[in-house]
Amino acid sequence: MDRTPIRALVRAKLAATTAAFFGAEVAALLTGAQDRAREAVGSAVDAARDAATEWMTSVLGEDVGERMKRVPMALGQAGVDPFGLDPRWTRWALTSAGFLHRRYFRTEVFGAEHLPKGRIILVSNHSGQLPIDGALIGAAMFMDVEPPRFIRAMVEKWTQTLPFVSLLFARVGQVVGVPENARRLLEQDEALLVFPEGVRGITKTYDRRYQLTDFGLGFMRLAIATRSPIIPVACIGGEEQYISAANLKGVAKFLGLPAFPIIPQLLIPGGQLPLPTRYRIYFGEPMHFDGDPDDDDAVIEEKVWLVRATVQAMVNRGVKARPHVFW
Amino acid sequence: MTLDFDDRGSAPGDSGPDIVADIVQDPAAPGSPVLVTGICGRLGKSVARRLHRDRTVVGVDRRPFLDKPKDIFHHQLDLRRKKLRDVLKSTPFAAVVHLGVLHDPRASAAEHHSWNVSGFAKLLEYIALFSVKKVVVLSSANVYGPQPDNAQFLSEEAPLLGGQNFSEIRDLIEVDMLAQSFFWKHPETETIVLRPVHILGTVRNAPSNFLRLPTVPTALGFDPMVQVIHQDDVVHAIELALRPGVRGIFNVAGPEPLPLSRIIKLLGRGHLPIPLSLGTFMMKRMWSLRLTTFPPPELDHIRYVCMVDDRRAREVLGFAPQHTIEQTVRSVEDGAW
Repeated sequence: MDRTPIRALVRAKLAATTAAFFGAEVAALLTGAQDRAREAVGSAVDAARDAATEWMTSVLGEDVGERMKRVPMALGQAGVDPFGLDPRWTRWALTSAGFLHRRYFRTEVFGAEHLPKGRIILVSNHSGQLPIDGALIGAAMFMDVEPPRFIRAMVEKWTQTLPFVSLLFARVGQVVGVPENARRLLEQDEALLVFPEGVRGITKTYDRRYQLTDFGLGFMRLAIATRSPIIPVACIGGEEQYISAANLKGVAKFLGLPAFPIIPQLLIPGGQLPLPTRYRIYFGEPMHFDGDPDDDDAVIEEKVWLVRATVQAMVNRGVKARPHVFW
Repeated sequence: MTLDFDDRGSAPGDSGPDIVADIVQDPAAPGSPVLVTGICGRLGKSVARRLHRDRTVVGVDRRPFLDKPKDIFHHQLDLRRKKLRDVLKSTPFAAVVHLGVLHDPRASAAEHHSWNVSGFAKLLEYIALFSVKKVVVLSSANVYGPQPDNAQFLSEEAPLLGGQNFSEIRDLIEVDMLAQSFFWKHPETETIVLRPVHILGTVRNAPSNFLRLPTVPTALGFDPMVQVIHQDDVVHAIELALRPGVRGIFNVAGPEPLPLSRIIKLLGRGHLPIPLSLGTFMMKRMWSLRLTTFPPPELDHIRYVCMVDDRRAREVLGFAPQHTIEQTVRSVEDGAW
């Protein structure tokens, strides 16, 4: 039984019915009349991004392209890695972060020579209401460390439900925060950035600045299981970029937000931008931990305490050593 | 008793060929009889054509097997009928390959359930009763479900959460679970559950139909990584699973994963990003009016990842995809209208 004429009839009927319901415009779309326009939009986005990257690179004055060639990457045939990292997007993101790194926050980086090759877990204090410290650590790893590396960070699961954001995170190498993903990245010898304080750290109020809150235990189990060295990182300068007077937890809960900070500078025109503090990033000596990744919490807590104490000591020294907040 | 393979078809009262009793019940041995359910589907026919060269293939399906090779014996029957017992009793099958899982989302829930769950339960009962040495069940990686908090590569131990938003897949999950409990209850039978990722080829399943659309709609702002596998690679995996000594659950993936937009670009097709709220609204309307074969929860597949880690299939089964990603993706054009 030759079904082709029946299928053609059904398709014609379908197009006609759809036209009746949704209008001629949609029917035209369904017959593929505007394919070329759509292709053009897609390649225009790519071209705009590449042009912006080129312009920013020339203004920044750093040889971003040459550095990109030296980054160890595990790309497949399509030019993306299994987690969706696309070097063209990562280059754009790092060049933008490079502006913040060199021109706006004028970051000073110490201890970059301590970083071993291969898999590492960077453990840092978290601050500043927005994760600019993460972007700057990423820029530092790309621009001030030899060989240059991409940072992989964990993002919250609910970000996957957001359009564009989920896509951008994947293209710049950030992965969903589940242990299996972290483990796979470390087994690929990537550099993983972890903020064990989490939301508690980033929403700190000004009176508790540079005092680390409790650390989660997950990163330590991961480090032991994958035999990855832990690099303690102290990030100074984030606490003063958005000065939070108070955090209204009740309001936050009511609105379903992680926090509701009161930031006076937002009321001033231009105050929505972070204050141009001078960031100082200290990389510490690698710490190695052995044992059973499935040990009791009590045993793991002792090891986590060691890391937390080291980061706190580095933060205290850094705060004392800096001549001023803004220069 | 003779091997009698003329074109008898399936007259009532006919219970299959009389195979000489001392054929070795090794499923990989030449000539060993294999029962294939769902043989009339496009995948079933590919499986039959691969296996019938060196094994005796007996097919069971509700549909007639129109262009049947001469040496395949076909029973046109419903799995839920008692006649299935006669089929299994008469021939000492070395293996059963169960492809007869009803995937049509337009069939009613009751029909789905009855066909998939009761039919399969009956089949397993007879397999145990007549001591068939091996059963290979074709499940799907869709049982894990595309969730925003999925790990990038799910292992076989990951929970089967596909039914959370998509109730039609609960039957397939139940089939998978039935196979798993059979695995434990009857260790004398080697049970294998294969969970392949999206199968592309001449099959008319949702991913292949989706990629055959003249303009492929996607969700605006989403571009998940997707794994696909060629139909013939799935047949190869089934063949590997029939070897003796192999049992367990295996994720089966094809060549390396690609973003969905790259797959659409490989096909050289137009690509229409639609905002999600509009897309969901349109899909629900079109589904209720029976204008589309894609149920609305399938939109999750073009938003979130649902990929598998196929290490176990590579190490234990020795599986490796034999088609490149271009061949796999372009194979949907072979089955076009």
